[in-house]
Amino acid sequence: ALVINDPDFQHEDLNFLSRSQRYEQAIRKSSLMVMKLREYGIADPEEIYWFKSFVHRGRPEPLDLHLGMFLPTLLTQATPEQQDRFFMPAWNLEIIGTYAQTEMGHGTHLRGLETTATYDPATQEFILNSPTVTSIKWWPGGLGKTSNHAIVLAQLYTQGQCKGLHAFIVPIRQLGTHEPLPGITVGDIGPKFGYDEMDNGYLKMDNFRIPRENMLMKYAQVEPDGTYVKPLSDKLTYGTMVFIRSLIVGDSARSLSRACTIAIRYSAVRHQSELKPGEPEPQILDYQTQQYKLFPLLATAYAFHFVGAYIKDTYRRISGDINEGDLSELPELHALTAGLKAFTSWTANAGIEECRMACGGHGYSRCSGIPDIYVTFTPSCTYEGENTVMMLQTARFLVKSYNQVAAGQRVSGMVSYLNDLSRQRIQPQHVAARTVSVRINDPVSLVEAYKARAARLVEAAAKNLQAELNHRKSKEDAWNRTSVDLVRASEVHCHYVIVKLFTAKLSEISNAAVRAVMTELCLLYTLYGISKNAGDFMQAGILTDAQITQVNQRVKELLAIIRPNAVALVDSFDFHDTHLGSVLGRYDGNVYENMFEWAKKSPLNKTEVHESFHKHLKPMQAKL
Amino acid sequence: QDKYAQGFGLGSVNPDLASERQTASFSVERLTTVLDGGAEHTRVRRAVVEAIERDPVFSRENQYFQTQNERYEAAVRKAVHLQKKMHEMGWREDGPEFIYIYRALAGDVAFLLHRVFMRSISVLGSDEQVAKWIPLATKHQLIGSYAQTELGHGTYLQGLETTAVFDTTTQEFILNTPKISAMKWWPGDMGRSATHTVVFAQLYVHGKCYGVHPFIVQIRSLRDHSLCPGITAGDIGPKMNFEHIDNGYLMLQNVRIPRENMLNKFCEVQPDGTYVRRGSQKINYFTMTTLRVSLLSDEVILPLMKACTIAIRYSAVRRQSKLNPGEEEAKILDYQTQQEKLLPQLAAAYAFHFINNYLHKLFDRGYKEIQERNFSSLPELHASSSGFKAMLSQYCTAGVEICLRACGGHGYSLLSGLPSLYTKILASCIYEGENTILLLQTARFLIKCFAAASAGQPVPQSVTYLAAVKPGKCPAKNKLDFLNPDIYVEAYQHTAIRLLSSTAAKLQDLIQSGVKKHEAWNQCTVQLVQAAKAHCHYITVKNFVETVEKLENKAGIQKIMKHLCDLYALHGIFSNAGLFLHDGYISGAQMDMITASYLDLLGVIRKDAVPLVDAFDFTDKSLNSALGSYDGNVYQRLYEWAQKSPTNQQISPAYEKYLRPLLHNKLSKL
Repeated sequence: ALVINDPDFQHEDLNFLSRSQRYEQAIRKSSLMVMKLREYGIADPEEIYWFKSFVHRGRPEPLDLHLGMFLPTLLTQATPEQQDRFFMPAWNLEIIGTYAQTEMGHGTHLRGLETTATYDPATQEFILNSPTVTSIKWWPGGLGKTSNHAIVLAQLYTQGQCKGLHAFIVPIRQLGTHEPLPGITVGDIGPKFGYDEMDNGYLKMDNFRIPRENMLMKYAQVEPDGTYVKPLSDKLTYGTMVFIRSLIVGDSARSLSRACTIAIRYSAVRHQSELKPGEPEPQILDYQTQQYKLFPLLATAYAFHFVGAYIKDTYRRISGDINEGDLSELPELHALTAGLKAFTSWTANAGIEECRMACGGHGYSRCSGIPDIYVTFTPSCTYEGENTVMMLQTARFLVKSYNQVAAGQRVSGMVSYLNDLSRQRIQPQHVAARTVSVRINDPVSLVEAYKARAARLVEAAAKNLQAELNHRKSKEDAWNRTSVDLVRASEVHCHYVIVKLFTAKLSEISNAAVRAVMTELCLLYTLYGISKNAGDFMQAGILTDAQITQVNQRVKELLAIIRPNAVALVDSFDFHDTHLGSVLGRYDGNVYENMFEWAKKSPLNKTEVHESFHKHLKPMQAKL
Repeated sequence: QDKYAQGFGLGSVNPDLASERQTASFSVERLTTVLDGGAEHTRVRRAVVEAIERDPVFSRENQYFQTQNERYEAAVRKAVHLQKKMHEMGWREDGPEFIYIYRALAGDVAFLLHRVFMRSISVLGSDEQVAKWIPLATKHQLIGSYAQTELGHGTYLQGLETTAVFDTTTQEFILNTPKISAMKWWPGDMGRSATHTVVFAQLYVHGKCYGVHPFIVQIRSLRDHSLCPGITAGDIGPKMNFEHIDNGYLMLQNVRIPRENMLNKFCEVQPDGTYVRRGSQKINYFTMTTLRVSLLSDEVILPLMKACTIAIRYSAVRRQSKLNPGEEEAKILDYQTQQEKLLPQLAAAYAFHFINNYLHKLFDRGYKEIQERNFSSLPELHASSSGFKAMLSQYCTAGVEICLRACGGHGYSLLSGLPSLYTKILASCIYEGENTILLLQTARFLIKCFAAASAGQPVPQSVTYLAAVKPGKCPAKNKLDFLNPDIYVEAYQHTAIRLLSSTAAKLQDLIQSGVKKHEAWNQCTVQLVQAAKAHCHYITVKNFVETVEKLENKAGIQKIMKHLCDLYALHGIFSNAGLFLHDGYISGAQMDMITASYLDLLGVIRKDAVPLVDAFDFTDKSLNSALGSYDGNVYQRLYEWAQKSPTNQQISPAYEKYLRPLLHNKLSKL
């Protein structure tokens, strides 16, 4: 309320503004926000996060990279001397920085980056270059117009040798005039699908020199004579990635929850067609097809919410261990977050679209708010690790674990189900002949079914990979020829983890009524997943045809059971109307009146007769 | 000029793309003529495209940088200029060039609803009405729109709330939108441009309601464009796309129009108020039915073809990570996961092109019959147009999004062309009938036909297979058997029949157990939708197979089309495994064979992927994509186009106003 009621943060509906105007509004609010944070003395990161999310209503803003990457990177990778020089000016926003990693030709595969930083011992400087078109830094947020510094990732060359990627603090604009420095070409990369308020930028460097002290040297170092000193461990960088990917899982849950809130509230307001002849038109939420679109997504939003919380907790716990030098749990968490990031962002992305389409034509209007949620969320399938590549990282861990089991070792954590496979192999029977007696109303029993499916598909992928390896000599080629299977294996592993975490959560809920409704949602999530992937469960002999028919039937029964609680379940997400930004999803449900009010503000309606009538229409009618 | 342009200049083809074209297994030009339906069509199409693209007024160069107001104005300018152009080039509405004009403009032009306005008068109007209105409309002395959808009602037409009450004393209809949800909402060209519109309203005569009928209503003055008395109209505000179209709202308060303004070829109100019907009432919806089919090619299938072209060319140019140590980074198109994303979309684009030809033939035949007042084919036409519109728009929308996401970060830039293709095509899932409702209409038709077929009665040609229920199992023994069209067509047929018959049985059971009919229907709708999709999927596969059989066995065309047909069919089974495994028609072991065959095909088609998109024959201008151009000079183009962004050409007011004080720590002065 501190923010929502503050008149300084009010502005015209963003849908009616041009890109330049949206950028300007965002900058204005960011500046004010920084000032007010200081004024109120807010310094706790969690509080800053909430304050920020209310100022920008969950939208991106040009200072995101300064606050989210530039400052933290200084804290973790700068030497004390560098912190003295850069941190306070950056904290006071005399320096605004961004983080320039991605290049036009290279993204997720970091080793392929082409920007170079060559050390010159004569002047004790690094010479930075973008040697090709593909090496131009491309996409960093805040780079186009806002920042005057950037942390640049470049291949370090010293004493004639390449030492791999390192980070450098590079001033890019003149303090005072904000003009680009000589040797620097910088600008905005143009309009995108969304992120209108963000000045994603490009950066090209031609023999641009920075002092030796501008390389971030807490870990690796270059001495004045050019001697390179190696860092102790490179696994540490995993930590940041895990952290950011865990945030995306939470974001998947939140974005899907917002879309569900809008679609479900609107479906309770919209009346259409007839169910019973002669009766008034029913709420579209009463149609089975509408419930079938929306309720599984609602259940998914809850499932992802619990998964996000789990990863955050696990990360916090493990970070403690890491600070004490224990890295043993990091590989599994790293592998798991990669897959879950991909799984949840893919699912939420498709789910948001499904919600939009469930709102019919009005979902397509910007006033529904869902287009905005979609375009803001969808890049998360790509950034911080492209999803397919993420799935393959998880698969690498799964195959490694499978091979450990095959070699007689035991594995722990979420993959411990692989241990059972070795036991079964002693028995000569075919995998498909294995009988698992699944009770379709028992979440715990269903977790076992998902577990069996994961075991079967991980095993199948690992065996296919082995068969390919036996055929050809190149490991990479064999991996590529199995990658569709490997992605599938990761997906089913993640699906299992989600079902398991959701089910485990149920017993922690103390309020009986809440537990009951959560159990229904959990069952819906789980059974719907079986229904949609029936092939896997049947092929592995986990469920019979008859059971699948029962599952399909049970899903439809659950839809009817959840129907009375549907609106209450989205109200529980507790999104404020201003945060939701949707005419269709208003808490009070006064949709049509407010759509009309909203449309009247459209830029095309500024004048009664549009100027193009006088310019084009009238002359044409006169001539013809 | 930038130093990178040297030696990398536009004009020379990126070697990564050139090499793809050298190994084509078929003649690209030959395939293009197959797609166009003959060399003469190809010639005409190219001539139209060239004439349009050469004309600077039609340029889409700055499209990605324009505001809603600028886009609208450009669209009006283009529409006006088009009249001149057509005259100049000697193109006629009934000429062979006509269908290519809008394609060449990529729909980025105003007055598209004007055509729908004219079409509905031609189909629904009497001879006198046609004679009165069509010449005026042709000369653009009025601009028409088509006002059906309301704020509170869309696909369910009977629910429309606008009223037209006949007043015998003045021989006029009095039109009203009695409440807010009755306001017309969404019609294109209506927000700012239209002077007239066809309004759909509930007809009342002497207090009796006769259902929804079409009326011609003038909404703006022909002199100064101001709104007519009793009319409130305007633009409905920004949408995900269609910035260039002024979708509008319309309120009517006691607006009076003469009796002659009701379109009366099939229904008429006589001066004394007597209501006369000629022919089926369903004919009122026939405009919509034909519209659904006519939009498939330009609005649904072409966008998928464009997206495939962009994504596949870019994937041959983009290199990322190494497949083999020591080698250079691999083209991302060589990754199996990338092939698995893109190549099924390519196969689907071809499958849909051919099913579209099939639908057009079906409709041409039906249209002739209706002109002769034979309405017997209407149910089949309606069911086909509904089902295929839903299936194709849903699939193509998903397909374009897959292409977008397969291009990594750069796909997200508007300059890739993919976001606009996506936001535009996804409207097709809703307009001209929401997909779920359309599929249920198809399902209703199928359920009726199934009952008739089971009782031995005759059914329309496209559903005769419903009578041929054969029990049994899939006979395939190894993965190569699944490259036999008889095997997979049979599997699709079996699944379609199984889904329909089990749903019909369940519906019957529910009704017999005392559940009311409508309630039973609602309880089965999820399965009914599935059955309708399976039917359309089966027909599409079958039609693809039959088309390939008829193709000339020359220049490698038939062979590559056979591969695509196999891929389309097997991908469908692979992605819907549960449906095929369900009653054991296909066994678990056979499903593994299908997967193996399917993955093998990806590697086979990979070699021809770029030639297969080249055959779509899109010009660079029509793609309007920095990633998908023919020469593959992706990065150079991306860099050059970004320079043109207005954000780089003007000094941002935000710097002086906000950034400078911020950087200089003078926050308190803000």
